Amino acid sequence: MASHTFKLNGERITVEAEDDVRLLWVLRDLLGVTGPKYGCGLGVCQACTSHINGKAFNPCSVPVATIAQDDEITTIEGLPGTVGKELHPMQEAWLDLDVAQCGYCQPGQIMAAVAKVRQAADAGREISDADLDEIRNICRCGTYTRIREAIKAGAKNM
Amino acid sequence: MLAYLLAAPTLAVGVRIGTDSLDGQEAAAAVPTLPQPEELFDLGDLQNLAAAPTSGLITVQVHKDGTASFAVPRAEVGQGMTTAIAMMIAEELDLPLDKVRVALADARPELLMNQLTGGSNSMRSMYLPVRTAAAVTRQRLLATAAAQWGVEASELTVTEGVIRCGSTHRATYGSLAEAAAAVGSKVVTATAPLKSRDEFTVLGTPRNRIDALEIVTGRKKFGMDHHVPDAKPTMVRRPPTVNGTVEAVHNADVVRRMPGITDVATVKHGVAVRGATFGQCIDALRALEVAWGPGTVDGESDDTVLRKLKAAALPMVVPPLLTKKIDAEFTFAFASNSPLEPDNAIADVRADRAEIWASLKVPIVAQSEIAARLGLPVNAVTVHVVEGGGSFGRHLFHDVAAEAAEISQKMGKPVKLSWSRTDNFRHGRTHPMCVSRVRATYARGNVLSYEQRHTSAQTDFGHGLGEMITSTAAKLPVAGNPTFAETIFQLSQCSPYHFGVTTQLLNEVPLKFHTGSMRNIYSPNVACARELVVDQLAAKTGKDPVAFRREFLRDKRLRVVLDKAADEGSWGTSLPEGVAQGIALHTEYRGAVATLVEIDCRPETVNRKIEHGVTGPRVTKALMVVDAGFAINPRGLEAQMMGGLNDALALALTSSLHIKDGIPLEGSWDDYFYTRQWNTPPELRVVVMPSTGDKPSGAGELGVAPAFAAIACAYARATGTMPTSFPINHGKLGFEPLPLEPSTPQSPTDGLDRAY
Repeated sequence: MASHTFKLNGERITVEAEDDVRLLWVLRDLLGVTGPKYGCGLGVCQACTSHINGKAFNPCSVPVATIAQDDEITTIEGLPGTVGKELHPMQEAWLDLDVAQCGYCQPGQIMAAVAKVRQAADAGREISDADLDEIRNICRCGTYTRIREAIKAGAKNM
Repeated sequence: MLAYLLAAPTLAVGVRIGTDSLDGQEAAAAVPTLPQPEELFDLGDLQNLAAAPTSGLITVQVHKDGTASFAVPRAEVGQGMTTAIAMMIAEELDLPLDKVRVALADARPELLMNQLTGGSNSMRSMYLPVRTAAAVTRQRLLATAAAQWGVEASELTVTEGVIRCGSTHRATYGSLAEAAAAVGSKVVTATAPLKSRDEFTVLGTPRNRIDALEIVTGRKKFGMDHHVPDAKPTMVRRPPTVNGTVEAVHNADVVRRMPGITDVATVKHGVAVRGATFGQCIDALRALEVAWGPGTVDGESDDTVLRKLKAAALPMVVPPLLTKKIDAEFTFAFASNSPLEPDNAIADVRADRAEIWASLKVPIVAQSEIAARLGLPVNAVTVHVVEGGGSFGRHLFHDVAAEAAEISQKMGKPVKLSWSRTDNFRHGRTHPMCVSRVRATYARGNVLSYEQRHTSAQTDFGHGLGEMITSTAAKLPVAGNPTFAETIFQLSQCSPYHFGVTTQLLNEVPLKFHTGSMRNIYSPNVACARELVVDQLAAKTGKDPVAFRREFLRDKRLRVVLDKAADEGSWGTSLPEGVAQGIALHTEYRGAVATLVEIDCRPETVNRKIEHGVTGPRVTKALMVVDAGFAINPRGLEAQMMGGLNDALALALTSSLHIKDGIPLEGSWDDYFYTRQWNTPPELRVVVMPSTGDKPSGAGELGVAPAFAAIACAYARATGTMPTSFPINHGKLGFEPLPLEPSTPQSPTDGLDRAY
């Protein structure tokens, strides 16, 4: 068993785990951070979507040993902290539009949305329908329409 | 409706749901037993469960902090039930919505058939009881204040949980909660008038989900998020065929010594491993060397099932002698009702008791059967109902909770069991393959007969109506499931048209797949077949699909939503070749829906490329017009309609299970292709019609059937060919199946390469 140190939601943490345990299980089973959800463990459903150094990724598909000491992992729990507020503008938009049904996919959807808007902004444009069509996160309740509306609304306040 | 003031530290008011005819029995013996077939219809056993006069009550309680709480005997799986229940209480109690807390009740056997979540029934069954309990609670608080102040209750006003008598007296509900409580063991009954619709300020207004903040912050707890001491991650290595059994495990000792692993145990349909993390459980279950015995459907594949269905179809009755006729046959592939949250349950089984945590829509049956399997008395098994990440019918079954209990008992430790995603698709519940045949005869502009013969692989109704009597009845070898299924079919299916002699019949082929109801059960298939034939009839008689439907509708409410949809959706608008509109209607659960969609079947759309994604025709616009009787929460109703449409897209165009040699080939969400962002319509609108009555209809499943039918009708019009097999892409396997052994694939390691 090895020690792994990285930044998680603004705090430096150290955790003991075998090198190849995927980060999702380190977060959920060892650290009790349950915002990222297990939906497939195959990098397909994207329910565990979190950020590494501001970019969206699936912790189910990353061995913990791959995470470097100065990498910053942000889960849904740490998202408001990245803007120094109670809630991130994307979470506010989710509330305004009452996006969620069961809610299981929504932490991942919100993390994906923030990254997608940043990606578009970095390319110097606003989020478009074509960008939204690229989002792979599954919502089995079928909240896709409200997700699209919320991303557009949330982007305006980011 | 009668309410009961219950002895409690603070005010508690209970009402009974649906079982007043069964009260007044003596208390039951300590250990209720599972009814055996020969005593099935001895209602005495059933009644004995309704022990004391107040045992079957659901109770609103007011607390000293001014909040009200209620434990609802239903499952919340995303349908918004808890929000609607909170709205009912807030309305009748005159309390702000955010001061109402709604939790899910544990399994309560004394509630009999009143603890089943299904059939889009929660709003219909809970609307009056919950409001009554809240209204009596309010009345009792007013009476308590009036007595304290020496005034008449009629002189008092209530605003947001504060009672006032002019400007002289003021008291919060919280301050009266103790004084208003009933004392002693005497049963006190009460009634109170309910508000009329024009007095409503909460019900009928759009409200956000009460758990929305918890959801967007990641704080909402689903099954696997609950912490139960020492309940460690547990998974199961499963057989390569449905219901396969374990013949031998060759290396259990080696696997038990793998990193993080604590236990290995053979269970009914696999080998369980328990460890520090789910990741290590995946490593361990993959390392197991297991010899498997046969399953229950090893020889079955899509084509063998289809042959059996076609051979079992009931005959048509009307001979088309002097009339013209349409004969059509439609095939619907197996589909998975798996929610996004993988099946899971926590179980802590000890020598003399057990505790279970799971999302269960029929917890009473779960409790009884788990107790029987563990060899424990029913009242030694506590079943907590946790919030579920979707259900779509899956949580009608407690097989996962029962498996967790079995594992916990065998290991002698608490377990947190999760099925893998692949387990869910291959060993979870399926909506069975079915074939729907329709014959319609017509002459001189009239439709003279409409016959539909629906033949399905058996749908498992083993959960019954929520308690052990009907649950056991559905499992009987004689009569049993087919009778129960036919009853469900007849109680849910109805053709809304004046088509002369109309018969719709079900026949089932008993195959031992894991089946179960999926959202809207038979209706998506039955309505899709029906509405496609309606379009054919319109074409044969030279009429426009909307005009034809309007002419033959028997249902006034459907006519109103049809007209609204045609108007709002610009029916008949000019579209390029390969693009077409489709419209369809459905009524069920006392609600009525019209759906109008526009589908783009042009090659540049159909053939657009998405990596590991299914494209095909795209519905670009969709409009759903819904009359839900009284719409309790129009925002929640809209959400249910939207969800129904996305389910319908999946069923019509992209999602199915391919059965090969006794098991589905699908193992991931990129195989079982539920609707994704690139499939969903960029424009989806829901029109909630003004309320047409005082009673809410069911809504959770209401949108699926009309949306499926509208998509199919649009596809037929866009391509010029009526589709007869669904989903339309089922004929071609669009993925490389994951291996059957080991049963769960290893997680990837290249996640950082795809970061964005």
